[in-house]
Amino acid sequence: MSSPQWLVDRRSAAVQTDQFAMPSSEEEVWRYSRVADVDLSQWAIVSDRSEGVPAEASALLESLGQLSGAVVVRNGAVVASRLDDALSAKGVYVGSLVDGPDAQNSLGVVADGGPDVFGRLNDANFLDGVLVHVPAGVTVESPIAIIDWIDIGGSAVYPRLVIRVGADADVRVLDWHGSADVAAFVSPLVELDVDRAGRLSYGNVQLRGPRVWQIASQVSRVLNDGTLTASHAGLGCDYGRMRTDCELLGRGATGNLSAVYFGTGSQTLDFRTFQHHAAPDTNSNLLFKGAVGGQSRSIYTGLIRVEKDARGTNAFQTNRNLKLSDTAWAESVPNLEIETNDVKCSHASTVGPVDEEQVFYLESRGVPTEIAERLIVAGFFDEVLEEFPVATAVPLIAAAIDERLDAGVNS
Amino acid sequence: MGELRIQGLTAEVAGRQILNGVDLVVKSGEVHAVMGPNGAGKSTLSHVLMGKPGYTVTGGSVTIDGVDLLSLPTYERAKAGLFLAMQYPVEVPGVSLEELLTEALSAQGRDASVVHTTVAAEAERIGLATRLLDRPVNVDLSGGEKKRNETMQLAVLRPKFAILDELDSGLDVDALRACSRRVEAATTEFDLGVLAITHYSRLLEELKPDVVHILAQGRIVSSGGPELADELERTGYAEWVEEEAPATAAADPFADPFADPFA
Repeated sequence: MSSPQWLVDRRSAAVQTDQFAMPSSEEEVWRYSRVADVDLSQWAIVSDRSEGVPAEASALLESLGQLSGAVVVRNGAVVASRLDDALSAKGVYVGSLVDGPDAQNSLGVVADGGPDVFGRLNDANFLDGVLVHVPAGVTVESPIAIIDWIDIGGSAVYPRLVIRVGADADVRVLDWHGSADVAAFVSPLVELDVDRAGRLSYGNVQLRGPRVWQIASQVSRVLNDGTLTASHAGLGCDYGRMRTDCELLGRGATGNLSAVYFGTGSQTLDFRTFQHHAAPDTNSNLLFKGAVGGQSRSIYTGLIRVEKDARGTNAFQTNRNLKLSDTAWAESVPNLEIETNDVKCSHASTVGPVDEEQVFYLESRGVPTEIAERLIVAGFFDEVLEEFPVATAVPLIAAAIDERLDAGVNS
Repeated sequence: MGELRIQGLTAEVAGRQILNGVDLVVKSGEVHAVMGPNGAGKSTLSHVLMGKPGYTVTGGSVTIDGVDLLSLPTYERAKAGLFLAMQYPVEVPGVSLEELLTEALSAQGRDASVVHTTVAAEAERIGLATRLLDRPVNVDLSGGEKKRNETMQLAVLRPKFAILDELDSGLDVDALRACSRRVEAATTEFDLGVLAITHYSRLLEELKPDVVHILAQGRIVSSGGPELADELERTGYAEWVEEEAPATAAADPFADPFADPFA
């Protein structure tokens, strides 16, 4: 399979026009990050297409129940895709980006070049890319799943995903980031495009192996009366970062952003969010809940930006962190930037240990201390998981959280 | 016949001595009321017995059938047969009642497979709507619902001894009657021994005390039959708080007998 000329040109343009200078952790958006430890020369960009569906990906798809369609991506190459015939007939597309409808205009539709150097690296280096396209007025009943799998040690992989939801269309997508236990550098760029009154529910599970470094970007734009619900579970990686840019561009657009994350060992989980209200009567709700155990660290910084024209805006941002050990560390920095008076805005952030009163209550009924804390920590995430876009993924996320609790997080 | 034995119990909070030598013996099937003015140490007593963090026991002993409770962590005290119905039941988001009771019974090596049916039966008995059972523990329950929930858990767990910490606060008459009747029934059903800590006597209309104790300034200052509660209802606690009450309060014939003497 060779790339079309427009893509070859686009890539070389990306390579030529950019300096690819690494950002500095002096910059606010990289503060507390481990970007200084990223040495790209250490990783080999994968250029050969992997083949075959990994057994783990098959098992995952199996456990997700009924799906409308699925794509398996291995080390950046699309190795399998399928979609219900009835949906194909309606013009829905799920598969390799270059083979999809309007491919040239879809790539970069929301995030041409991405928000930072890693977005540009993705532009220059992504192998296949995945496109999910739902035409106007089409409702996709069962979810579509994408399994993005990495299993080449020492590799640098740049997954690219574009989801385009047409006017009044409706779809749920699960984007599962997994890997074998290899050391790798992964920098995904996800573009979510929601047209007028479209509805996209996007769930992303980051459960890469413990030696993977991932710097991900999720950029979305929502037009008039459209609704984006984007949920993230950040569990894997040595260093796992996700930047979220949600652009509410049309009147009445809504962006619901949520995440659970759980750090153990010496992990660093790093989240940056931008809720950008650029039109009147737009709504955003953000709820990020995380726990840190062992010597792990988490960073959350978020900005709500309400432009002058965005009157009637409702914007909420909440970040709650449980600190499960004395050596764990969580940073939480919410910010507001509001240029109009006609808004309802709030932000809240907390970092603290498991509530002693709650533990005592459970213990007083005879529940041993460790189990009491486990129940409370698992329950802490419920609020987010109950709303996760693809319900069949929730037990898998809960199991991964249990596994971390089993391994011990208090020291 | 089991017994909960408290001897010479002294305890402090933040360096301040609150319990000054409490002596009490409750036998299985008996109901003991501990009454006292605000600040007497009633809640401290209940918290210390259950092992709540923040309290330091400085002397004395507490045993159930000879088992020393004070050396045990809270959940082991529960296993030894103690239950505390809390004055302010804590909301525990994300944890269901069934999860809680299943873990509690399993940890004690008891059959947890009956939780679902037992909870349903006990909830009906105490008048707790079944739709509330699916909520996370205590979350969004009214005061009365929370107390019914505490009493329902007591009935499911069937402890040897229950401390009721102001079970009668923050609930309506119907809920109070349902809760006190359920506890009264437990004293014969599974021979429950009860230590009912309360400020008012209305709890004791349905839950008949065998012994009434008056706790003031951190020790039991008087013990008697049910008539002692009736007497308190008439006279208030003035007699027991005299030493520390401000002179103006004693001189004022209209002073609220239940006013916090430390306010």
